Amino acid sequence: MSKTLVEKIWDAHVVKSEEGFPDILYIDTHLIHEVTSPQAFDGLRKRGLPVFRPKQTVATADHNVPTLNQLLPIKEELSRYQVDMLTKNCAEFGVELYGLGHPFQGIVHVIGPELGITLPGKTMVCGDSHTSTHGAFGAIAFGIGTSQVEQVFATQCLLQSKPKTMKIEVNGELGKGVGAKDIILYIIAKISAAGGTGYFIEYAGSAIEALSMEARMTICNMSIEMGARGGLIAPDQTTFDYIKGREFAPAGEEWDKALAYWKTLYSDADAKFDSVLTFDAADIAPMITYGTNPGMGMGIQEHIPATGAQPEKEKLSYQKALDYMGFDDDSSLIGKPVDYVFIGSCTNSRIEDLREVADFVKDKRKADNVTVWIVPGSKQVEQQAKNEGLDKIFEAAGFQLREPGCSACLGMNEDKIPAGKYCVSTSNRNFEGRQGQNARTLLASPLTAAAAAVTGKITDVRDLLEKA
Amino acid sequence: MKKFTKLTSAVVPLNIENIDTDQIIPARFLKATTREGFGENLFRDWRYENDNQPKADFVMNNPTYSGQVLVAGKNFGCGSSREHAAWAIQDAGFDAVISSFFADIFKGNALNNGLLPIQVSDEFLAQIFNAVDNNPKSALEVDLENQTVTIVETGAQESFEINPYKKSCLINGYDDIDFILAQKELIAEFEEAK
Repeated sequence: MSKTLVEKIWDAHVVKSEEGFPDILYIDTHLIHEVTSPQAFDGLRKRGLPVFRPKQTVATADHNVPTLNQLLPIKEELSRYQVDMLTKNCAEFGVELYGLGHPFQGIVHVIGPELGITLPGKTMVCGDSHTSTHGAFGAIAFGIGTSQVEQVFATQCLLQSKPKTMKIEVNGELGKGVGAKDIILYIIAKISAAGGTGYFIEYAGSAIEALSMEARMTICNMSIEMGARGGLIAPDQTTFDYIKGREFAPAGEEWDKALAYWKTLYSDADAKFDSVLTFDAADIAPMITYGTNPGMGMGIQEHIPATGAQPEKEKLSYQKALDYMGFDDDSSLIGKPVDYVFIGSCTNSRIEDLREVADFVKDKRKADNVTVWIVPGSKQVEQQAKNEGLDKIFEAAGFQLREPGCSACLGMNEDKIPAGKYCVSTSNRNFEGRQGQNARTLLASPLTAAAAAVTGKITDVRDLLEKA
Repeated sequence: MKKFTKLTSAVVPLNIENIDTDQIIPARFLKATTREGFGENLFRDWRYENDNQPKADFVMNNPTYSGQVLVAGKNFGCGSSREHAAWAIQDAGFDAVISSFFADIFKGNALNNGLLPIQVSDEFLAQIFNAVDNNPKSALEVDLENQTVTIVETGAQESFEINPYKKSCLINGYDDIDFILAQKELIAEFEEAK
């Protein structure tokens, strides 16, 4: 019987399937961090259970860590306690921890791929909704709650109903100044912040196949922003080339064996998806969000849709969002002054993102009215950026290169955007208060963020690229 | 896990769509390492000013409204997977949440804690909001065994879906770990064969 890629991987991991019950799904790799694990470790203690497969569990500290002076004790007491708790729990339960000071530390969804932990055909979970990032390798990867973290600790399995499948094809060539972030913001704007709920999405088509692994991660990362459990892309030569030689990637005979299996990981030609959507890459412009959910996005030259044009029962929520942002409906964002630019998060903090920004800002300088933070996704990304001299370019441009962590994406540490201020952010969520109480977030690509940093206002990056 | 069978209660109406888990419990309150106490910061930035004064226009600060059932617009619980959102709602005294659409992860988290997410049609949701508009003390009856929700005043009723396994977990107070642990031998066999 022909199967979709999701079905192939899912079926290979079902321990038990029984009518009327969710499947018992085996989890190959469990990633954990300091915020969603302590209550799960506590649960194990209460039940008197060990971590069942500690060697399939990897921990890092990312959500709640400072991005300056990481080697000094964390100043904020609750944050320090939470990070210390992770260290203690990992030691007690025998889990490998890449904590602060470790050369592998970083955002959990950045380090998994760069260490060769994320591999095609795997099932992977983490108590974080952006776990969908790892789907870029052709893995089933999804975010879970803390009760489920405890389940995986205790059994290396999860009770899960098989998801519906959706295929999203993007064909054709992207225009100048348009990248992976624009593709995914475009798709979310088209199908809404709830349009993927209940589905696992497979991204396909020539525009997706042409993307690098890091760009594919940006796409899969934001699957959750349309409600999908996860998103994935069939592995190909780009995937294999990226993985080969990484720290924990299979090597030698193991590599050959793995590769042979990975090459079977694609949706069969006549496999049935529950839903199929097709988009043309040429229709996609640099995107920007204007509201308070990631579905409220538009091409940067467009006008904010009119409140009057919204469905009747959505008008109130829609206007509330515009009021929060301080924007008028039916207006353009071009030329609006911005206060902060944040380049980071599990969506866009990898070396290619930093290279793209550095390449753009070389010999330019940030506008005086803007504070620019660049937060690399991991210690390895930070080191690589320095090896390539990107730090010098950022410094000359007045951009601050900080240390790795989730940072201003969720404002859990001290990296918060002040109330009322506008931040063009390469992160994934523009919810009210996400980057700090009453902060106003505009999601965009690294290039569009860099353009705002240089001009101090919302700018169509294509105008600057043409001048170059 | 907390058991759920039946309840009759007035409701707290929150007629806003796409309520994300950052609104339910902002990230700065996720530093706690236990499950308790999140209720006081439920909807923190909608509920309180920066100086901690209650915002008079927020429904939870209006003594007219109370009850164990939270009723909200569609796509409730989207965004971050933080289970703290379900804990906060439960800790604030709610036993059920009604919406016309739930985000997947929130729904799973709620079920895993004995907080019942009830998905109703857009029309029925509008009827509930109308009933509460007309009479803030208007009560709902939620019957998990029969999978029905009823507006007591009007008798309007709708049935809701729930996975039969999760339903029995809620009624009996079991959780998934109890269920999977009973299958440990199968898991070992699966690992062997892999």
